[in-house]
Amino acid sequence: MTIPPPSAGPTSSGDSLWSRIMAHDLTYLFFRSPLTVVAAVLSVAIILAALMAPWLASMDPFDPAQVFLADANIPPVWQDGGDPRFVLGTDDQGRDLYSAILYGMRVSLVIGLSGVALAATIGITLGLIAGYVGGRVDAVIMRVADVQLTFPAILIALLVNGVVQALSKGTSRETWAFGVLILSIGLSFWVQYARTIRGSTLIEKNKDYIHAARLVGQPTPLILLRHLLPNVIGPVLVILTINLGLAIITEATLSFLGVGLPPTQPSLGTLISIGNKYLFSGDWWIVTFPGLTLAIFVLSINLIGDWLRDALNPRLQ
Amino acid sequence: MLAFVIRRILQSCMVLLTVALLAFTMFRFVGDPVAQIVSLDTPAEEVRKVRESLGLDDPVIVQMGRYLYKAVQLDFGISYQFRQPVIELLAERAPATLELALISSFLSLAIGIPMGVYTALRRDSLFARVFQSISLVGVSLPTFLIGILLIYLFAVTLGWLPSFGRGQVVTVSGRWSTGLLTASGLKALILPAITLGLYQMTLIMRLVRAEMLEVLRSDHIKFARARGLTTRAIHFRHALKSTLVPVITIAGLQLGSIIAFAVITETVFQWPGMGALFLKAVQNVDIPIMAAYLMIISALFVTINMVVDLLYAFVDPRLRATIKG
Repeated sequence: MTIPPPSAGPTSSGDSLWSRIMAHDLTYLFFRSPLTVVAAVLSVAIILAALMAPWLASMDPFDPAQVFLADANIPPVWQDGGDPRFVLGTDDQGRDLYSAILYGMRVSLVIGLSGVALAATIGITLGLIAGYVGGRVDAVIMRVADVQLTFPAILIALLVNGVVQALSKGTSRETWAFGVLILSIGLSFWVQYARTIRGSTLIEKNKDYIHAARLVGQPTPLILLRHLLPNVIGPVLVILTINLGLAIITEATLSFLGVGLPPTQPSLGTLISIGNKYLFSGDWWIVTFPGLTLAIFVLSINLIGDWLRDALNPRLQ
Repeated sequence: MLAFVIRRILQSCMVLLTVALLAFTMFRFVGDPVAQIVSLDTPAEEVRKVRESLGLDDPVIVQMGRYLYKAVQLDFGISYQFRQPVIELLAERAPATLELALISSFLSLAIGIPMGVYTALRRDSLFARVFQSISLVGVSLPTFLIGILLIYLFAVTLGWLPSFGRGQVVTVSGRWSTGLLTASGLKALILPAITLGLYQMTLIMRLVRAEMLEVLRSDHIKFARARGLTTRAIHFRHALKSTLVPVITIAGLQLGSIIAFAVITETVFQWPGMGALFLKAVQNVDIPIMAAYLMIISALFVTINMVVDLLYAFVDPRLRATIKG
């Protein structure tokens, strides 16, 4: 997704991509805000670490052959009873916490990204249709959006989860938990996209280029995708960023509440939920390190989202 | 105006009806209600009788009507896991959730508004920056993590406050069990209320700050300055007043989501409220409870939304004009 550079004049059009990026207003604003740079570095580092989990981790926490119950609840290396094999200690099943966090982060990221992608796809499609077609279709879509907006996302996600659980009796949780989490997130977050896109579509659809496209006789789907979409997608960028943080929190919350991923496929939320059980016996590390990773990552994403919102807001410049 | 009120009420009823339809669909088609009641070795004759007594052989429309008719009288059927009327279960737990939600919203308003005003007026001071950063952390930390953190700090490490339950409860006027009248009940309320209220507090703080900054730039504040009023009077009599209208609206709307978010807080603190009951229902596929909770919460949301909308129309002359037009 690219934003047309407002400052790039005709002279810079022949330059390389890199120099065009560096000359961009956003790049300038980005390096002006040290906090945002730190947040960006942190999120990129966490994402990379999660992607490269198989190479960075000392063991595969999903592989039962590598996990031994005898290693359970070992404290971090710097505490009494620590084991140099497990830098951050182990959880209740003897999984190395450092490796489990890397793999768990990967699970959280995949679910968060897919959930947000699903939400954006549903929202953008419905928003475009509602705005462009108008009339009764618009009324129905927006009424549904209004109703849904009155419910918090977590409640919708819980309901979706409960219904799927009821419908899939007999099959084990492992087979569908992943998809259900993505579906829950997708169905709870689409409204914002739909409203934003519909708003800009209402303005754009009366402009000359759309009339022209219609006069040439282009089919409606093509007009929507080729002409309308690129001109209304801008504001969605901010929502995407902020929603990614929310989606990861939602996944973690659902897993913590025990309706998300099973303990055999731990995400950060599952790890925190396991740690919560051992908090009273003094095993603080199981909850602390996954919790810290989650908090730092979401905070970084929110910082970037905040900055992006201000940077793209013409009123503040 | 009257037309607007009537239209708004009709709209709310439509929403509720849609939700009820959804609840009925869940109730009727997700899982077999008969299978939940009878055991595996029940004779076929018994099963048929149960089916008949539940009215499952009637046309779907009739069943739907019956479900709605009963729901209006607050009869939501019998819970699969507890074998008790759902409404009794919910009524038993409602006081715990409502007390928690009300205290939390009160806390978030009482702390959030002053913090927001302060950060708006002293934008560049050290405290304002600290508050701003804290608010971002508050938005980024998941509720359950905050709860765990508080438990670890104040219950496990320091041992000052209980980590679970409601403490000692007194029953007032026959039905309402309250924890507000005993020392242990109040102590048990502190951590859950903070956990639940923190997010709302940061939300309100950021909202008040943004609104206040906006209002301070507006013409009527410039005029107040020109009149030579004291800064104090300008800030607190004029600016704050116009700031608070949208803030109160949002706070009202948030009351609903506080009750919904209580699901998480109640789980972390093992608080015996409706949210915990709902979660247990989701885990055990107890459809009657899920459907009833869905309807009660949506009735609450819709009512709050409607009242806020109507109040807005009465308060804001601009809106009144567009309604007439």
